[in-house]
Amino acid sequence: MIFAVSVNCLGVSAQSPHWAYRPIHFPGVPDTDHRAINNNAIDQFVVSRLEQDGLAISSPTDRETLIRRVTLDLIGLPPTPDEVQDFVDDIRPDAYQRVVDRLLASPHYGEHWARPWLDLCHYADTDGYLTDQTRPVAWRYRAWLVDALNAGMSFDQFTIEQLAGDLLPDATTNQKLATGFLRQTLSNREGGADPEEFRVKQVIDRTSMVGEVWMGLTVGCARCHDHKYDEISQKEFYQLYAFLDAADEINIDAPLADEQESYESALPEYHRKRRALIVPLAQEIDALQRRWEDKLRSARNNPGREWFWDRQWELVGLVWGGGLGEGQLEGWQILRLDPAKRSRLQKDRLLDYFLPKADTVDAEKAKQLKLSELNAELKKLRGALPKVTRAATMMETQTPQTTFVHLAGDFRDRGEDVMAATPSILPPLDVERRDRLSLARWLVSPNHPLTARVAVNRMWQQFFGQGIVATAGDFGTRGSLPTHPKLLDWLAAEFIRSGWDVKAMQRLIVTSSTYRQSTLSGPHNDSSLVRQVPLRLSAEQIRDSVLQVSGLWDSRLGGPSVKPSQPDSVSEQGYGNSWETSKGGDQYRRGLYTWVQRTSPFAMHITFDAPNPNHICTHRERSNTSLQALTLLNDPVFHQAAKALARRLGKQVNTDDQQRIRQVFRWCLSRDPSRDELAVLNHLLQQLRDDSQVTGPVAENDLDGSSLDEDPAWVVLCSVLFNLHEFVTRN
Amino acid sequence: MALPTMLPIQSRRRFLRRTACGLGGIALSQLLADTSSKATAKGLSVRPSHFKPRAKNVIFIFMSGAPSQYDLFLPRPEMQRLHRQPVPESFLRNLDDALIKGSAQVFASPRTFSKHGECGMDFSDYLPHLATCADDLCMLRAVHTDVSNHHPAQLVMNCGVPLFGYPSMGSWVTYGLGSEANDLPGYVVLLSNSGEGVDGGSSLWNNGFLPSEYRAVNFRSNGDPILHLTTPKGISSGMQRSRLDAIRKLNEIRFQDTGDHEIESRIASYELAYRMQASAPNLVDLSNETRATHELYGLDQEATKWFGSNCLLARRMVERGVRFVQLYHSTWDDHSNLNTKLKTNCDMTDLPAAGLIRDLKQRGLLDETLVIWGGEFGRTPMNEVRRGNTPGKEGRDHHPFAYTMLLAGGGIKGGQIVGETDELGYHPTKDAIHVHDLQATILHCLGLDHEQLTFRHQGRDFRLTDVGGSVAEQLLV
Repeated sequence: MIFAVSVNCLGVSAQSPHWAYRPIHFPGVPDTDHRAINNNAIDQFVVSRLEQDGLAISSPTDRETLIRRVTLDLIGLPPTPDEVQDFVDDIRPDAYQRVVDRLLASPHYGEHWARPWLDLCHYADTDGYLTDQTRPVAWRYRAWLVDALNAGMSFDQFTIEQLAGDLLPDATTNQKLATGFLRQTLSNREGGADPEEFRVKQVIDRTSMVGEVWMGLTVGCARCHDHKYDEISQKEFYQLYAFLDAADEINIDAPLADEQESYESALPEYHRKRRALIVPLAQEIDALQRRWEDKLRSARNNPGREWFWDRQWELVGLVWGGGLGEGQLEGWQILRLDPAKRSRLQKDRLLDYFLPKADTVDAEKAKQLKLSELNAELKKLRGALPKVTRAATMMETQTPQTTFVHLAGDFRDRGEDVMAATPSILPPLDVERRDRLSLARWLVSPNHPLTARVAVNRMWQQFFGQGIVATAGDFGTRGSLPTHPKLLDWLAAEFIRSGWDVKAMQRLIVTSSTYRQSTLSGPHNDSSLVRQVPLRLSAEQIRDSVLQVSGLWDSRLGGPSVKPSQPDSVSEQGYGNSWETSKGGDQYRRGLYTWVQRTSPFAMHITFDAPNPNHICTHRERSNTSLQALTLLNDPVFHQAAKALARRLGKQVNTDDQQRIRQVFRWCLSRDPSRDELAVLNHLLQQLRDDSQVTGPVAENDLDGSSLDEDPAWVVLCSVLFNLHEFVTRN
Repeated sequence: MALPTMLPIQSRRRFLRRTACGLGGIALSQLLADTSSKATAKGLSVRPSHFKPRAKNVIFIFMSGAPSQYDLFLPRPEMQRLHRQPVPESFLRNLDDALIKGSAQVFASPRTFSKHGECGMDFSDYLPHLATCADDLCMLRAVHTDVSNHHPAQLVMNCGVPLFGYPSMGSWVTYGLGSEANDLPGYVVLLSNSGEGVDGGSSLWNNGFLPSEYRAVNFRSNGDPILHLTTPKGISSGMQRSRLDAIRKLNEIRFQDTGDHEIESRIASYELAYRMQASAPNLVDLSNETRATHELYGLDQEATKWFGSNCLLARRMVERGVRFVQLYHSTWDDHSNLNTKLKTNCDMTDLPAAGLIRDLKQRGLLDETLVIWGGEFGRTPMNEVRRGNTPGKEGRDHHPFAYTMLLAGGGIKGGQIVGETDELGYHPTKDAIHVHDLQATILHCLGLDHEQLTFRHQGRDFRLTDVGGSVAEQLLV
């Protein structure tokens, strides 16, 4: 096998497996000479490494920079000037801990930390591919995620609910909602697409996510052949795939708090009326539907005989629930089920699909039975039900099929049959039942060598720009080696010991001296952790910061996705896409809530390196391009924010230029300007005033239709601050 | 191949120190007016090719949705004989494709064909203008791909694999060679105004795992040619100068204080943004082109105006050193009403595409510019079975096994037809060219070895041609 060769090449014997597959043990915490600056164990590991190289940890950063850093890192927004001042003035020894505790308890914490997790499952509000239809309830999963993060859900529970919440005993609606993680795969509804081919792609995507997100294993590489570098055979890939192959997409009624009561109290009456409408015709409808189903099944089993029925069968697989974000194969799944085994809900849903098509099997009969009238009445009845919001989830399949190896990655080329199993290089899965729940529990079992390492490494990456293992998505033999292996193991062991407490781990990291170092000094060897690293803010952070500082921000939490204003030319590049700008405050929500259209994603986000929403992303890039400059300079939203900031400044009591410049500088950058900086801004103000006497005030309609009439000199000055490297950077 | 090295930091630092001393230093506007300033983003600086290139630039006219080879390039008399009859069993043997249905009947093209140029290249009456370029064109008749759905197949053509997250061809090329354009992006995408967008959308011109500076910049057909190119209303040019000067000075002060090199890149990115603001409007201003040129590209006619503008812009871009220009026109996905819809698309694109080739040639640019014309796959010799076969409203389905593409210039031997297919045009019989072979050949024309142009990602060296592809030598001059 190929992996055996590569293992030999790398000189790794079976007795000493690759570092990441070895069990995690608490390593001894090294002793160091610099106890004074060692806040916690993290520092002892880091300092002892630095000492070996004759280096010392950098001095702590100043308080303004520190609170800006930790606020951006924990809630994704800059601190308010008051928060900065309070912290600077707070002489209590635990002043910093208090800030950290406040931030970890903020409802905006979950909004910020949801984003990297959504990158992993490549969340979007549309199906992808040619038709890229909408998924209007995709946000339910995002809302679950934000809530779980804010509530401090332990990482093991977090894992289990997202991979198998539906399989938990007495699963709640919320736990089912969590499986929306697995519903972020693409759906192809293009006419002529083979739904089985694209279902296989979804299962491969899900399997790759489990591999990469929890285990840092690029298992997807083994879908066509044995992994070239890691000890995963192609058969093992399909054994892992088998866990997810047995899961079907299903949307459920998941009433929001204010919908629950009215909806549930209306249901019995609805069902009674529905029955009353159907019962008189039940037998004849049944007979017609059976003929229809026979036609479809025969087309499925013998394609090419009657193109009309071929097409009807195909359509069930393509259009079912389209535009509503429903599982596209649900119709097929119901049709495959023995009618006696169908639930009432499944029968109802299939009948609702069938009725308007009854004339395809016998037009005469359908007319005689007045089925189109019945359909209209049922539709009216459904319409009268109080609104209930649905959610995309997963369920264990009711029509299990044998999983097999896809030879050379081709699902039509059947290889060996396989059963669900975990890769042999990892601890065995020693339970009889092989389902997603046992898989999820296995991932977070304390003896799993990868899950905790991979999870703490990704957290570390958020705080230092780079993980202890630089390749956050690849802990395999071709991934980077950890720069601080003992620190990584200590963090992983501590994470497990704490009961997978995410916030505790983050608190530990941000209260270390290592985190609190200055970015300014030291050699440029970032991986030695000899200093903190300046990081360009994410796309969402940049937009959120501008909105917050300018006062435009609408801070409401949760809810459906929104469409902030952007040029029409962006959505026009996707097939048939359109972009109807949201109204009012919805234009100014955090970037997290911006609608993600897979074929034409929000331009500002893409310009600032938001990942392609079709693909797992474990590490965002931080580029520095001229399109970013053009966006910060000229995007109407940023211009509007500059005007709003100027207006906010204009309302200040103090009218002295110097004071105002200092004030707006502090709002934007959380610090006072230096003398040189003040001089530049003063000079700018003078120049602009001279110039604007010629051009007049910046008067034009705002995005929201209201007119602003600000002093153009101040508008431009505010815009200058938004454009500074420092504004888009966390130091 | 290694990533490009950093800017010569020392000289830039000295330069910044000099300009930042005292606030009356050289104004940014003056600095930027100096066209000799080569402060392009570091990844886009020009790099040597692997060997002597035949072409410097590429213009890829991507006909999204799959134009029908049977109604444009491939006369098949046998189809007339079998018209409305089932496809002979021999063609369907061993086929396993979601779209090929046994019940389909052969659908002979209603078009008339004639031979053009000294080489005698076949074109249907729908492409009278491209036909006049026959002796400059190399017609590939047996191109084949791996998949038969639009988006995945478009990914194969552009990124080499039917998966997301892989770099597009233009990204690979600018990663390999950098860009000679000092005030424009190195890789540009232009969309046609058919109102339908492109199936695959932005994933087709993505940078994948390559750094984002290699992502295509969209030139927009509506509003600003580059997103947010225009200074907001109410900000005069004087104010804009003051604004840019202040941004630069404050960034420089910050750089002095921190030594953070990303600030230098930020300053450079603002310089390029400023130069783009100055040069892009000039680029898209076609009023200084002669009337003859306007007519050559069909700018004087409603049907051809839009695509013609894109073609003319493409020429103006390669003149200015833009390395890779891709024009998208959609959609050619004629499942029904093929006769009418195909004509509409041809009427929009035939004259301008031919105009581009002629114009490049008369300006001596065709030798160094590789022009590519084609889509993600072809169409079936049978009529569409899924949506009926009402006479006069027939269409054709997707066909990945053999289809036609055109190449011109850039080291390609014109006036030849490469590749043969069976009497129904169903399968290649000679000189089949897989999409990976085409990609290898395109890179070869640019002086790049497709096996050496690699990027390490997830521990593996990836390339555009995945694990396949070989240069089709017979296409070359």
